[in-house]
Order: sequence, then C-alpha cells, then structure tokens
Amino acid sequence: MSAVTSSRRAGARAQWTRVAGRILLYAALVAIALVYIYPFLVQVSTSFKTEADAANDPISLIPQTWTIAAYRSLFQNSAYPTWFLNSVIVTVFVTIGRVFFSSLAGYALARLHFRGRGFVFAGIVAVMAVPGVVLLIPKFLVINQLGMYNSYVGMILPLMVDAGSVFIMKGFFESIPVSVEEQARVDGAGAFRIFWSIVLPMARPALITILILSIQGSWNELAHFIVSTSDPNLMTLTKGVASLAAGTLGSGTQYPLKLGAALIMTIPIAVVFFVFQRKIMNSSEGAVKE
Amino acid sequence: MSALARPATAPAPPRRRSSGIRRGEGLAGWLFTLPVIILLGVFLLVPVLMALWVSFSDWNGNGSPLSPSVDFVGLRNYADLTTGNGLAERNFGLSLRNNLWYVLLVVPLQTVLSLLLAVLVSRRLLRGRGFFRTAYYFPSVTSSVAITVLWLFLFSNSGAVNAILGRLGANGPDWFNEPTGLWAVIAGWFGMTQPAAWLNQGGFLEVTPWEWLQGPSIAMFAYVLMAVFTTSGTFMLIFMAAIQNIDPALDEAGMIDGASGWERFRQITLPQLRPALFTVLTLGLIGCWQVFDQIYTGTQGAPGKTTLTPAYLSYQASFGSQQWGDGAAIAFILFVIIVAFTLFQRWVLRDRPVSRRRIRAYQPKAPQGGAAS
Repeated sequence: MSAVTSSRRAGARAQWTRVAGRILLYAALVAIALVYIYPFLVQVSTSFKTEADAANDPISLIPQTWTIAAYRSLFQNSAYPTWFLNSVIVTVFVTIGRVFFSSLAGYALARLHFRGRGFVFAGIVAVMAVPGVVLLIPKFLVINQLGMYNSYVGMILPLMVDAGSVFIMKGFFESIPVSVEEQARVDGAGAFRIFWSIVLPMARPALITILILSIQGSWNELAHFIVSTSDPNLMTLTKGVASLAAGTLGSGTQYPLKLGAALIMTIPIAVVFFVFQRKIMNSSEGAVKE
Repeated sequence: MSALARPATAPAPPRRRSSGIRRGEGLAGWLFTLPVIILLGVFLLVPVLMALWVSFSDWNGNGSPLSPSVDFVGLRNYADLTTGNGLAERNFGLSLRNNLWYVLLVVPLQTVLSLLLAVLVSRRLLRGRGFFRTAYYFPSVTSSVAITVLWLFLFSNSGAVNAILGRLGANGPDWFNEPTGLWAVIAGWFGMTQPAAWLNQGGFLEVTPWEWLQGPSIAMFAYVLMAVFTTSGTFMLIFMAAIQNIDPALDEAGMIDGASGWERFRQITLPQLRPALFTVLTLGLIGCWQVFDQIYTGTQGAPGKTTLTPAYLSYQASFGSQQWGDGAAIAFILFVIIVAFTLFQRWVLRDRPVSRRRIRAYQPKAPQGGAAS
C-alpha cells in the first residue's frame, strides 16, 4: 500500500522534473535567440534615430523621434548608390561564371575520362588548401602585372573560379546514376550537349548550393577589392561601408548613418537567405548523409 | 581519388581514345576543365610564385617586381621579421601575440557553443525548431564588414553593451579603445596591478613575457566575441548534420541501460561526432588565423597595436609602408603557421588505439551484460 503511494509520488516527481526541464530548455533557447537577434533589431531602430538619441539610449528598439536623415544623407551625400551598383555587377558576373565553370569542370572530373584527370583534380584540392589571406599581395602583383588593376575585369575574373565549388559539383555528379547519359551517348549526342541539356537540369540541388555560396561570397568579399582597386568609382559596398566606418563622411559618431549603410548592405543577402532557407538548412544534412 | 583508382578497379569503361562512343572525351575533358585551370593558374599559382620571389627580393613597389633592377636578397626579409631587433620584428611579434590569443579563445568557444546549439535544436520534440535554427544561423550570412560596423556601435563607450552592463551595476570599458590585456584586467580585480620585474625583461620577437602573457586586449576580446557570434551558426549546421546521422537506437539502448542524459551525450553522441568535430576545429583554426576584414574595417591595429594581426600587418607593410618583401614574407610565415597548427591538431585528434583501461571498462561485468560490447 505504502509502496504504491510512494511510487506514485516518485512518478509525479519525475513528471515535475521533466516539465521543469522543458521550461528551462525553452527559456535557454529563447534567451540565446534574443542575444542573436537583438543586435540586428537595435541596428534597424538606431538607423532611424537621431544621432543624439542613438547616443543617449543605445538599447531602445523604438526611436524617440523617427527620422530618415541617415538614409537621406547616405544616398545624397555619399556614393552609396555607386557602391551598391558595383556590388551588384560584381556579384552577378562572378556568380554566373562560378556556376557555369564549376559545373563544367566538376562534370568533366566526375564523368569524362581524359589523361591527366587525376592530376587536375589533385591540383584543385591543393589550391583549396591555400588560405585566402596569404594571396592578398600575390593577387595584387599579378593583377597589376596584367594591367587589370582598377578594372571590373580585375575585380571579377579572379573570383570567377572557386575550387570549393568545383569540388561540390564533382561530388554531386558522382552521386547521380550514369545510365541516362549513356543512353544519350549511344544516340550520338556530344559531350557538351549531354552536359547542357541532360546533366545540368538534373543538377539543380547542387547548382543552388553553389549559387548561394557564390552570391554570399562575392557580395561579402572585401579583401580582393582592396588589393585590386583604388578607384573610388569602382568601390563596392564592403569597401565603401568600411570607409564609412573609418569616418570619412561628416563629423560626429554618425552611428545612425553607419548602421543604416550596413543594414541596406545586409538586406539582399538576408533575402537570399530567407528564400533558400530550407535549402540551406537541409543541404548540409543531405550532403553528409550520402 | 577515384580518378586514380579507376583503371585498376572499375570494370567499365576501358580507355579507348580514338574509337567507340567515348571518342572525343579526352578533348572534351580538357576543354571543360580549361577555364578553371587557366584562372586558378593565373590568379593563384602564378601569384604565389611571384610573391615567393618578392619575399626574397628588395622590391619596393616601383615598376614590376620582375624587372632587372630588383635584387635577390636571400632570407633578409625573413631575418628582419624574426631576428632584426627592429620595429618590423616587434610589430610581427605583437601581431602573432594578438592572433594567438584570438585563436586560443575563439576556437574552443565557437566549437563548444555551436555544439551546444546543435544539440539543443536537434531534440526531436522541440517546438519552434525552425525559428531557433534560423535565429542562430542568421549572423553567419551577414558580411564581416556589416557586422563590424554593428559591433563598433554596440561596444562603443556609450553603446548598447555598456548600457546593459550599467543597468546591472557594472562599469563597462571603452572596449575598442582599451589596450590592456584581458588577464591583466582580471588580475587587477584581485589587486595585482604590477607585473614582476623579470616579466618586463627580454622576451621573444621583441615582445616581453608580460606582453605575451597578459592576453588579448579588451579591444581584441570584442573581436573574439564577434567571431563567436558570427561563426557559431555555421558550425552549428555542421554538427546538426552529424547528429542527424546518429542512429537513435543507440541512444535508446543507453536509456534502457539507465545512463543519464549527460552520460549518453558523453559516451554515445560525442564519440560519433568526431568527424564533425574535426571539421569544425580545422575550419575554425584556419579562419581564425586569417582575421583581416574586421581589423581593416574597425580598429586597423589600434589601440596600442593590440589588434594587429599577421594578415593585416602583411597588408599594411606592403600597401602602407611599401615594404613588399616584408609583407610577402609575413604572408608565407602565416601560411606555414596555419599548416603547422592544422597538422598539430590532426595529430592531437588522431585515431588512437583504445587503452587497456578503457577496454576493461567496456568488458561485461556480469554474464548478461552484453549491451556494452
């Protein structure tokens, strides 16, 4: 009798512990989420504050007086529109090039048999091991030597090829069945024809992966543009906003303006993120599973 | 790798170069890979070779480094940085000190945090899983420039972080203008303000023992927090993927055997996360030694050269002071450091044979205890 009640009591206690554990877990998750999201909310609200307001109350999410002064001076007194345009140009061309060249090379390395294939692949893997920062000065030397300094060509061409993307595409092409291509080959289609109209449409998931990586990579790139350009007309957003951070525009701390500049630059990449969100979260899962 | 193995192992297809349906494949293969080969060659291989030459030359930025007026100076640039007893050596020493502490703090913190986040959001019965994942990952997609601008505001003297600290009754430092080392600040709380005299003498790379030991400056520490904030999401995804691949039956078996949550994590989950852990540590190490964007956007080495990093110093020496030989030499030393750290970490995490003590622990104690086999 007493054994039954005590066990029932123990059961109730276990239940209680579980509920408390749940509450604790959610509290921790929400608290961490707040730490991760709050800075961006502060950024949005501060960009609509006056400078005095931003300094007086840096944590409030609602401006005392709403103003778009920061954005107005950003678009009227700085070359922000030019920077934005340059970033778009670079990102578009780099991404087109990367997606096309990486899938082309990835396909060849996965499926076409040619002499020296192992050697080419080993070379690409070796290139992936070179840390990017080590290449700052070297890249400048070559771009300068080739007469590409201060030109879109010098900004775009070196970023167009990415060993990591080739690697991803090769891995993907190896994972899809070869039978469809064999059929096309029997029917007499050439290598490029097979690649373009049969293989590429099947490669959508991998293409989206390198598309995202490329957009994010080239939109956020800074170091390469520092060493390949000095012309203010060729400034990208990263370089321009970095120069704002150093305080070359007007006087005072200019926090609303700087935060607004950083915010607008984040929006396109945030849009890409939310559009492909499910894909980003799942792609790494799928990639490792295989 | 498979390319090398294929001729020996794969039954199909034999390499017929001139006949059959595989005709022209050799040509197509080369044509398909040619753009990548050319661009990687021109913008990667050639530059590295050219920079290697510059690191052994006295080129000062005028004209081409390949012109006959540029002289070979042997290891002089490297000697300047390591045994020159001058400003170049001290700057290099300081940059190594700063970046070393950065690595020592960021890599463990980001690894532990991302693992924790991954474990939390991978629980099977969790409401709002998607929301939490998105929230934790979002900082990872933003550019380092935008995040640095935000960080400069949050950690400014009158910024949000100090405002929150103020509400908690603490007096926050002027983060990005504070050159004092983190350990020195903490030692100061315990009344230790003056380092022992011997700590101010001698030193390595023109940096005194006290300077080496006092840790990252408060300014550098703000960058440490930023790095943890922006990378934990990416690494969380890697851990999440690995956790998804663990067979839940193993965890259930542990539960039946009466193992607690922590024991199950420690003994069942963690060992299976080894490959992911390896990836995260490697990527973290490589990334942490390359801090450049943040420093360029933010403090540019200030205050008191405590946020100077080798990558930024290499840039500054070349583009700023026209010491191209020094700059290139720093880049190559940095390369060697990254390779050395990666190899060291591989060695630490290598697969070790299970020790005899461990084996005994797995041996069934009673005849029916076969679950641990």
